[in-house]
Amino acid sequence: MKGIETRRQVLRALAAGAGALALHRVLAQPAPRVLTITARRFQYEPNEIPLKVGEAVVVEIRSVDFIHGMNLPDLGRRYDLVPGQVARLELCPKEPGVIDFVCDNFCGDGHEEMHGRFVVS
Amino acid sequence: MQRRALLALTALGGGAVFASGLAGCASRAKDEDFYFVQLSDSHWGFQGPPNPEAANTLKKAVAAVNALEVPPEFIVFTGDLTHTTDDPVERRRRLAEFKSIVAELRVKNIHFLPGEHDASLDRGAAYKEFFGETHYTFDHKGVHFIALDNVSDPGAKIGEEQLAWLKADLATRDRNAPIVVLTHRPLFDLVPKWDWATRDGAQAIELLMPFANVTVFYGHIHQENHRMTGHIAHHSAKSLIFALPAPGSQPNRTPLPWDPAAPFAGLGFREIESKQAGKEFGLTELPVTRV
Repeated sequence: MKGIETRRQVLRALAAGAGALALHRVLAQPAPRVLTITARRFQYEPNEIPLKVGEAVVVEIRSVDFIHGMNLPDLGRRYDLVPGQVARLELCPKEPGVIDFVCDNFCGDGHEEMHGRFVVS
Repeated sequence: MQRRALLALTALGGGAVFASGLAGCASRAKDEDFYFVQLSDSHWGFQGPPNPEAANTLKKAVAAVNALEVPPEFIVFTGDLTHTTDDPVERRRRLAEFKSIVAELRVKNIHFLPGEHDASLDRGAAYKEFFGETHYTFDHKGVHFIALDNVSDPGAKIGEEQLAWLKADLATRDRNAPIVVLTHRPLFDLVPKWDWATRDGAQAIELLMPFANVTVFYGHIHQENHRMTGHIAHHSAKSLIFALPAPGSQPNRTPLPWDPAAPFAGLGFREIESKQAGKEFGLTELPVTRV
């Protein structure tokens, strides 16, 4: 019995240690920077967003007037931006460059000018 | 000239004349030979520096088609007949004016399709009042034509219902039958970052792939362009309002500037000649005006 109890104590200690290690790792990582983009006919504000290689960000996108689209063909991702809702895009760019995005829900006379880009340096 | 002469004789119904006067050319002038004209993207109602002659360009195109030596057997108009507006009354006014202008075409057999500027803001409601259904089929001399609507959904989708309709239509076709698809947007991903794509276009192409002789004619990108997806050829048409840059050639798809020294440059329409009973097509690009 005593041997079993000792093993339990050891396992509890190991589990606690592992949890503490995981917690430490979580605490060691900075929280991703939160960016916001507002979509309205016929622009994204801002429409050019600088990012840094290796920096994790969360982009919150809100539309104020129409179910605009936000298509990021280079990432194979797109969103319908429903007014009143928030679309979240998590990014952690691995190399410098440009990530284009475009409204792909036709929204009127000016739709063709509704686009933006992330510039990664 | 020879093609037009042959077509003219055929059009006159002069089988005897043809047989006696053009012996040896019979293989080129069968009953199934024909040509049609594709017009696209007139954006009636547009105003702006990219075309200071916007009020005249469509009318010039109508005159140019009417002046063709041999009239086409029919005309297709692959969308963006009008420029978009938020105002439903103005939208209908533009559609009515467009319809009045093209009523001057001597060829009355015209098949219209909507573009996103005509149909996306009201899901095709106003367009249908003037031109009827946005997707349909017709047959001409053994060639099966399918008009696909990839614009009434503002998200540039054909949609499940229309795809099911397409599948059912194709199910009755011989795999070697000549098929022409008319649509507005490219069915394939030409330049997605310019919104030059159809979100579910790949599903339509997949349905068409088993057929050996498929050709797609579309508009939207305001220039001549030719691509293949497998064995399927896709040909885009020039615009009747302003030209756009080559696909993906610059960051944004801004209209090319109007050149006062060469007005109407980059605009035009095309003749499409059916060859091999609709299994091949010869294209001839024509300007809006020869002046």
